[in-house]
Amino acid sequence: MEGMSTIVKKVTQLMVGPVFLYGIYIILHGHLTPGGGFAGGAIIAGAFILLLLAFGNNVINLKKEVAGSSNTESIAILIVVVMALMSLLFGAKVFFFNFLPKGEPGELLSAGMIPLYNIFIGIEVAGAILTIFLSLVIFKEESSK
Amino acid sequence: MDTLIPLFVAIPLISAFLIILLGKLVNGFHRFLGPITLLVLLIMAVYEFTGLGKSSITYAMGGWASEGGFPVGIYLVLDGFSVLMLCIINLIGLIALFYSLSYMTKYTAESNYFALFCLIIAGMNGVVLSGDLFNLFVFLEVSVISSYALVAFGIGKTELEASFKYQVLGGLASMLILLAIGLIYWKTKTLNIADVRNVLDAGYSQSFYLFVQVLLIAGFGLKAAIIPFHAWLPDAHSSAPSPISAMLSGVLIKAVGIYVLIRLFFNMFVFSHEIALVLTSLGAISMVVGSLLAIVQWDLKRLLAYSSISQIGYVVMAFGMGILLLLKGDNEPAAVLAIGGAIYHMINHAVFKGLLFLNAGSLEHRLDTRNLKEMGGLSKVMPVTSTTSFIASMSISGIPPFNGFFSKLIIIIAAINGRFYLLATLAVVVSIITLAYFLKFQRYAFFNKPAGKAIQKIREVPFPMSFSMIVLATLCLALSLLAIPSVSEVVLRPAIDVLMQPELYSPTMIGI
Repeated sequence: MEGMSTIVKKVTQLMVGPVFLYGIYIILHGHLTPGGGFAGGAIIAGAFILLLLAFGNNVINLKKEVAGSSNTESIAILIVVVMALMSLLFGAKVFFFNFLPKGEPGELLSAGMIPLYNIFIGIEVAGAILTIFLSLVIFKEESSK
Repeated sequence: MDTLIPLFVAIPLISAFLIILLGKLVNGFHRFLGPITLLVLLIMAVYEFTGLGKSSITYAMGGWASEGGFPVGIYLVLDGFSVLMLCIINLIGLIALFYSLSYMTKYTAESNYFALFCLIIAGMNGVVLSGDLFNLFVFLEVSVISSYALVAFGIGKTELEASFKYQVLGGLASMLILLAIGLIYWKTKTLNIADVRNVLDAGYSQSFYLFVQVLLIAGFGLKAAIIPFHAWLPDAHSSAPSPISAMLSGVLIKAVGIYVLIRLFFNMFVFSHEIALVLTSLGAISMVVGSLLAIVQWDLKRLLAYSSISQIGYVVMAFGMGILLLLKGDNEPAAVLAIGGAIYHMINHAVFKGLLFLNAGSLEHRLDTRNLKEMGGLSKVMPVTSTTSFIASMSISGIPPFNGFFSKLIIIIAAINGRFYLLATLAVVVSIITLAYFLKFQRYAFFNKPAGKAIQKIREVPFPMSFSMIVLATLCLALSLLAIPSVSEVVLRPAIDVLMQPELYSPTMIGI
């Protein structure tokens, strides 16, 4: 896959930062505003995919990248399950129990466990979508050789 | 005891992702963790089974109790029927995984296989435990999507084609199911199975729910491969690696197809005569047509796949008869026999069809062919495979003293008691046809003169494979004990009770 023209590259460089930040914003405010882990994760993966499309795959090692994103994804989902299991040890001893202090409604630091779940689900979704995209690219590269 | 219930889903999930993470770093990690996971799950399932008895447990996820008689959270329900399914899923899973230890060595990316296997188990455990429709759908997708990947695991031409066909039809089925769930939610404002029943008891529009039920029959019929919806099954089940065929044919079509269909029609909807007739006739048709299609097959695994359709037909037909008898209301013992026979046959089918697919896998492992015409004379060189497959064949064709005889007998007695003479005759005739095509399999694979390759070089399969087959063959004999009334009173009765009395299905969930 070739990179695109200088104009596209330059615009992408300017755009990727805000897109990435917007994804993080959506994830962190998941318990307050519409969106959350899944939507934000998809936006973050979108930022990576945008970079990859604009600059082509000559600048990165695809195999290494896909291993990294796959590992990130597995670790994130493991943390989610372990957090759910932690509820069996603390608090009311119920799976998925929200045992952290709830805080003021409407504040960023509130709702107990939910922001934590959102963050890790965001990482998981970003990793998964990126893995799928990279696998498709690798498949295309290998079949066109 | 309560706290164990969510672990049925959480443990295989954790193992699956640990295998993906550490499988690349630690050599042979998946071979160690996979069987351990399934063993732990099986022990947990048996422990729950011994402790449960006739009661049922409702587990509120996150501690969300029902609010003013309205269930707000996600519930997992463990009762007589689901705990029986849990035992079967994890038992067949453990045996198939143990078998894979030596079967899968010829494939690459072995750790992905074990991870997907754990995911399929997590999905099925979730389907069986889930107490509300939407989570049931999510877990169903988890298990069938991993099964798409596992069917295509050989990445040859036929595997990919079979997997694609399976995905298209499976996706269609999921769409129909989701549409039906949406329609139910629209009318009843709730997704909880027990609560939907509560709403329906207060009165409902007949034609609307008939439409929903027809959608569900089509959707889950596709998953369970009842006859007009069976096109994907022979391809998918014959192209998958053999332990996966055993899982798909033995457990998956029951857990995501028959189990859900039966759970919804018995515990959620109010019985209706039309639907019962549809179920009975679909079951009878798949029973007959499946066996007729099986008899002409020369590909061993396709033969077994068509025979699955035929045996599933027995189960669906018996459940349909049970509903018809319950609706008539004057012959309850026959209804109990029909439903009990159906559950019994479902368990038996998981065991002997699992075993038959493992046998087919052993033959394929040593001969690299599935064509019956290229086999022959193997009974001397592969004694374990030959003996166990003989036991399984006799069991599935209904020869005493194996388990298949008793479950078919119970279904036939129920049909005669309930005055369904045609169905009883058909069941007997299909049983004879089944015997015919399994004798064909026995003769061409094990007793005929050897064809082609020199058979002297062929050895018996390695220990993990032969051991798994021996365990299942022993179970074929041991499960005959369920025909003894005092044993079935303990094992099958709780499941029958839950199905026959919808008010027993998790009353705590709706806060009564």
